Amino acid sequence: MLNFNEITAYLKDYDEEPISLMEVCGTHTAAIAKCGLRSMLSDKIKLVSGPGCPVCVTVSAYIDKLCALSLMAGNTVVTFGDMMRVHGSQSSLNEAKSSGASVQMVYSPFDILKLAADNPNITYIFAAIGFETTTPIYALLLEQAIAKSINNIKLLTSLKTMPAALSWICSQNSKIDGFIAPGHVSVMTGSEIYHAIAEKYNLPFAIAGFDGEQILAAIYTLIKQKKSNKVVNLYRSAVNENANLQASALIKKYFVEDTASWRGIGNIAASGLYLKEQYNAFDAGSFGLDNDNNLTPQCRCGEILIGNLSPNDCPLFGKACMPQNPKGACMVSEEGACFTKFSYERN
Amino acid sequence: MCVAVPGKVLSINGTKAIVDFCGNKIEAEAGLVQIKIGDSVLVHAGCIIQVLSDFDRDMLLDILTEMENA
Repeated sequence: MLNFNEITAYLKDYDEEPISLMEVCGTHTAAIAKCGLRSMLSDKIKLVSGPGCPVCVTVSAYIDKLCALSLMAGNTVVTFGDMMRVHGSQSSLNEAKSSGASVQMVYSPFDILKLAADNPNITYIFAAIGFETTTPIYALLLEQAIAKSINNIKLLTSLKTMPAALSWICSQNSKIDGFIAPGHVSVMTGSEIYHAIAEKYNLPFAIAGFDGEQILAAIYTLIKQKKSNKVVNLYRSAVNENANLQASALIKKYFVEDTASWRGIGNIAASGLYLKEQYNAFDAGSFGLDNDNNLTPQCRCGEILIGNLSPNDCPLFGKACMPQNPKGACMVSEEGACFTKFSYERN
Repeated sequence: MCVAVPGKVLSINGTKAIVDFCGNKIEAEAGLVQIKIGDSVLVHAGCIIQVLSDFDRDMLLDILTEMENA
């Protein structure tokens, strides 16, 4: 049986054709940087980050809308912490808050239920961003709000789906030789969602967990499966072949697929999820938020998000753009390619 | 943002569960998966998203070895 000494030696000594692998998920990006995995790889193995950090792919129009809603009397915008610092075309939620806006940070969307029940005169608007991992949780939140007749809750959604984004990247003549598939998205979707893309573009996928050994195993797998259409599930403690049926049913009940706008990429057909018309009362105006006015023209987030550039290629990286004063979304999120590069891999 | 944390189910009350994360006991929603007391679970954004099954390092190496020999 193989052992990890043999695997790490293989990856360090790899001297074949250069290979470029994309870790799609922001949590993988952060894990790779924190574990120092790049230092364990041959120079011929390149890891590039993909568009799997929801904060990083949120367009400025969405942030602008959140800021505007937070400044309206009677509203409180509720959000995960990362979203507080992302700039729209005018300001961030943090800056809006310092101007008197009502913004509250939570760790779980379900916290909004108690807030709304305790304060019926306030409309709580949740900044509902995320991928397949988080979308069913928003559906479950609505299910509970409706059951409890809590009507002072709304979602401003920016919900995206992975397969459409991966297909888009593959269709752009990208130089990606394989994908480390997002582990927790796969928990919800099952490994089955990657087969069609793998077959269409003849690229391998390895589904991995988030510790160093899992990620190294995924890199090893993708090298061994290069130029094949194999989907290999290495995260079997959590990921099954099939989707979570309860989550799928909830998504189908509350959301409908449509075009979504991705920061730095633009519109991708059928890559977004929006509340169905019958749930309009819970929508804070999520359709049509596709403007993406980048404040800083030199910012290269768009190309970094699809793996065409690395953070070091951006003229702002580590100079005008740092975690304390981010210019682009990839430097805002703790799972952004630029934030992790700056924090853990700056030489 | 899709980070999820493993914990152990201590008790269940309707669609909610108390989950132990290394001594921190947190209430989590349990409406997406069937759970029982003692299950190891993954929690994302305050919600249990999966019951973890046994899959250890040797099983991972088995997969890689099988792939190598295929």
